[in-house]
Amino acid sequence: MSFTDNYQEVSHHHDFDREAARKEVIRVTVILTVITIVELILGFVMMGVHNEFMRHVIKGAICVFMLAKAFYIVAYFMHLKHEVRNLIMTIVVPLGLFIWFIIAFLTDGNSYRNLKNKYDPYHYEQSQIKVEKPAKSDHGSHDAKKEGAIE
Amino acid sequence: MMWYFLMSDAFTFGAFLISYGTIRFASNGWPDPNEVFQSFPGLGSGLPLAFVSLMTFILIISSVTMVLAVQAGHAMDKKAVVRNLIWTIIGGIAFLSCQAWEWTHLYHEGAWWGSNPFTNMDGTKASTNFTNFFFTITGFHGFHVFSGVIINIIMLIMTLNNVFERKGHYLMIEKAGLYWHFVDLVWVFVFTCFYLI
Repeated sequence: MSFTDNYQEVSHHHDFDREAARKEVIRVTVILTVITIVELILGFVMMGVHNEFMRHVIKGAICVFMLAKAFYIVAYFMHLKHEVRNLIMTIVVPLGLFIWFIIAFLTDGNSYRNLKNKYDPYHYEQSQIKVEKPAKSDHGSHDAKKEGAIE
Repeated sequence: MMWYFLMSDAFTFGAFLISYGTIRFASNGWPDPNEVFQSFPGLGSGLPLAFVSLMTFILIISSVTMVLAVQAGHAMDKKAVVRNLIWTIIGGIAFLSCQAWEWTHLYHEGAWWGSNPFTNMDGTKASTNFTNFFFTITGFHGFHVFSGVIINIIMLIMTLNNVFERKGHYLMIEKAGLYWHFVDLVWVFVFTCFYLI
């Protein structure tokens, strides 16, 4: 690819204001850091929550934060927000496939599990048997207890 | 063109993560990430999320220094480009070292492709799907980080040789930067899917 190609491909800033750009980077860094910390807090909160529904709510919230982070990285760090509109569209529109992709496959997995549990009771029974562990809640000695548990 | 390469790469990673999600939805039980990833080098275990938070912040910070390198390139400030590229490379290597430690640690616990020592969250027997997906996807991501570090090192050498000064612009660094941010972006998803939820 020649340089002239590059120039046409990437929108260029003629009046590039370095100080403003620097401020934007700092702002986005702070946002990303704060979101990550919030995610981690939610992760810690989730350890104490055993209600299935509440866990799903927290997981949903974490996914929303994840998408927010993705937006900030792509829009500001990767600079997509400042590109020409047509470039943005050729990137974002195909990625819309993911919406279908995720919904379709996750529902498929879910329905597979339900069907299998319903029509293959043996599989369901087997999957409910608890593994006997000598020291289940012993968080301190992982190396010792894992030895025989591989099979 | 970099954008379209990254889009295809996004679909590759997307396919990986969605197949992981599909299998997870199709399973009656799944291991608890807080039980699997709870060790920190030098501090022992019982610290869920701690080490992976460190890895996440390393990658975010290295992304920030990469942005600064790109901006320095805009301003034709060679010194700042070199400085920020070096920081980015250090960040990438630090991340890879963390991952190497984590893989080694898990391997010693008996986790590897085809072997899963952890039980499901409810105490039932887990299949090897969890470890298979974990090592495949973090491995694929780690490989991207590795190639990103190599690309950044090449950019650093080219900068030091005044290649971009002679060309009159630092657009090449911008493209390397896109790749590096993409690696960070993928980590946001991998981190969430494997460690948080």
